[in-house]
Amino acid sequence: MGKGQIVAGCIAPHPPHLVYAENPPQNEPVAEGGWEQLRWGYERLRASLSEHDYDAIVLLSPHWQTYVGTHFLGLPHFEGLSVDPIFPNLFRYHYDMNVDVELAQAIHDEAAKAGLPVKMMENPDFRVDYGTITTGHLFNPDWDKPLVVISSNRSTAYYSVEVMQEIMIELGRVTRKAIEASGKRVVVLASNSLSHRHFTTESEVPEDMSKEHITSHAMHLWDMRMIDYMRSGQAQRILDEMPEFTEQAIAESDGGGLSWLLSTLDVPDYPAILHGYGTIIGTGNAVVEWPCYAHEVNDE
Amino acid sequence: MSQGEIVASYVVPVHPHTVLAPDQNPGWRRLRDAFDGAAQTIQDLDADLLIIYSTTWPSIIGHQIQADPNPEWVMVDHDFHDLGSIPYSFNIDADFAHAWNEANKQRGLQSRCVNYKGFPIDVGSVVALTLLNPDNSIPAVIVSSNMYANRSETTVLAKSCLDVIKAQGRRAVAITAMSLSNRMFTDFIQPEEDKIHSLKDDEWNRKILEFLEQGRLEDVGQLSRTIHRQIRVQKVVAFKPMWWLSAMNGNRNDLTGRILAYEAIHGAGGAVVHIDPTSTGVGDKEYDEDDVEYFHGERGVLEGAEESQTDAIQNTDAGVDATDDARASDSGPALWDPTEAKGSVNTDAAPKPVGAYPHARKVGDMLFLSGVGPRQPGTNAIPGGPIHDENGEPLEYDIKAQTHAVVNNVKRIVEEAGATMDQVVDVTTFLVDMKRDFAGYNEVWAETLGKVGPTRTTLAIDALPTPIAVEMKVIVHMPE
Ligand SMILES: [Fe+2]
Repeated sequence: MGKGQIVAGCIAPHPPHLVYAENPPQNEPVAEGGWEQLRWGYERLRASLSEHDYDAIVLLSPHWQTYVGTHFLGLPHFEGLSVDPIFPNLFRYHYDMNVDVELAQAIHDEAAKAGLPVKMMENPDFRVDYGTITTGHLFNPDWDKPLVVISSNRSTAYYSVEVMQEIMIELGRVTRKAIEASGKRVVVLASNSLSHRHFTTESEVPEDMSKEHITSHAMHLWDMRMIDYMRSGQAQRILDEMPEFTEQAIAESDGGGLSWLLSTLDVPDYPAILHGYGTIIGTGNAVVEWPCYAHEVNDE
Repeated sequence: MSQGEIVASYVVPVHPHTVLAPDQNPGWRRLRDAFDGAAQTIQDLDADLLIIYSTTWPSIIGHQIQADPNPEWVMVDHDFHDLGSIPYSFNIDADFAHAWNEANKQRGLQSRCVNYKGFPIDVGSVVALTLLNPDNSIPAVIVSSNMYANRSETTVLAKSCLDVIKAQGRRAVAITAMSLSNRMFTDFIQPEEDKIHSLKDDEWNRKILEFLEQGRLEDVGQLSRTIHRQIRVQKVVAFKPMWWLSAMNGNRNDLTGRILAYEAIHGAGGAVVHIDPTSTGVGDKEYDEDDVEYFHGERGVLEGAEESQTDAIQNTDAGVDATDDARASDSGPALWDPTEAKGSVNTDAAPKPVGAYPHARKVGDMLFLSGVGPRQPGTNAIPGGPIHDENGEPLEYDIKAQTHAVVNNVKRIVEEAGATMDQVVDVTTFLVDMKRDFAGYNEVWAETLGKVGPTRTTLAIDALPTPIAVEMKVIVHMPE
């Protein structure tokens, strides 16, 4: 077995609005469109990775929220109906997904060895969170690759961004180690928005794009600063500024996904590709890819 | 039909241990027994409606109310999935849900009903309804906890609920599904190892319970922010349930409280508390936050936010009092177009009135201005900053900037009338904090109107209708 490899790492947002606007057969509500810039961003991301084969997707979603350690989906198959508890009007999605339990277990075991509290989720009635389903659908609408789904430990809320980041950097390190040991080719996804202050009202037709804009100028400045670091290969600065960014932009990086992703990618110093940016009910969202395939030194 | 009333209130814990594993820990068993006792009491009270405010159902766009008459699914907790699954099939009072939703809108709240098959009912609501209403004999309603809502919004949510309880003559039980301290152990523990996470959390929990036992629910509500800072994980859903529960009980401190159980659930403080509306005859409020009848909303970020202000005015016409809450909300009372009458002088260059009056009125060669504050025309912003936030919490502000803004607004109105500032003959100034602000105000005065030389009277008053510190009443003599 050769050494496993991370093919690419991505930030990929999960507001249900994107699935709603696309009208896939799995989702019940129907829209006239909307949020095209982000949906086309996802399209470009899919196209960009279409020539790179991979075996599994490892995804961290901030909507599987755990306070007691970090959890991993631990059964090979989940299907059911995902209804977004916050936007049930937009997202009622019939999902059917496979889990790479072997890889999940390997990351779990590696994390346990490093002293992180971890648990496999083996209850068949468990409903997979809508963040995972939304990003899962937009990244791979055919659902033909197995996933590893990691919960979002709420250490930012519980302690601080700094503590969250320590945990996530460690979790990223062991994720990378387990992937390399697995011999598999893997795409790593952090499912989250950037700035995350929502509107508290909704327009009559949710997809009315004349109402869509960033909540405030400050949020825009933060989003552009972070994207600039991504595009110029300065991942370390993102980690360095994570406490300020997370607090001031009320960013969804509080869920740890972005810190975990950058650590899993070994804090890349090469430029990421921005596939799209757009706002969703005022929050800032980017689809970004770190093309590891172009930079990974394969020593096999 | 009864008058419509809250016949009892309960605080109940949210985690699934009391349903799925009561016998793994004696404390969990005691909580479960307390739940079972409460279910019997609710039956004995002939309650006909259970209303749940759940801290484990967050919402973003206002509040959501469950309106599926029979939601069914299987609930698995995000953290405690290994304890098992809780299948549910609840009896929801959809008519009440819709009526509450309408009442919310009447009081200015953003609100919607949800009725979708497979909607994931949150763990707190599932636990509460499973244990408090085991045979589903009493219809229930569930409301979310808005991530961004603060005291005024949460209080108004309760008042609109009471509107419907009264209108329908219901005998309702108000339930908050919540932890006290919500800091859990961040590692896995054995059931027998469970205890309150820290001594500090335990002390605060006991203090809260002491207040509740004395029936001082409003005092706990007013301590909500402090409690949140002291013993709560700082996620966006703050310690709001006590605001709601207190308002559901008329913001009283003379209720009859009984602690049925207090135990740890994975480190968090879980309590079952019964609050009976019967007055103990004691328990004055130690301090008061302003009462709120109508929610004026947040800063409008959607284009067309003007519409909501129009709505507020229409609601005023419909008999909902839009002015009670002047100090409680950031945006303050509804804005009016200035009144037009013989001799009235109005201008877009001055801030909109907060009632039915013109900016100024001319009689002969005299011009009388309505009280003028520092609010900016168009944006309604307050130079130097508002004196308190939307919850009435005091803020730092700059009296000199406010006074300058007042003088500028006066100037705009005076000039709109065709007069000039040097024709101002008499000014009455109102300050909300004479001690703090007189010197700064006096300094700006000397540089501006002081140079013109009108007579002047300065008064200290309790409050102004918007969060400002200074207002002037001005008289101008403008001979032809
Ligand atoms: Fe999210």
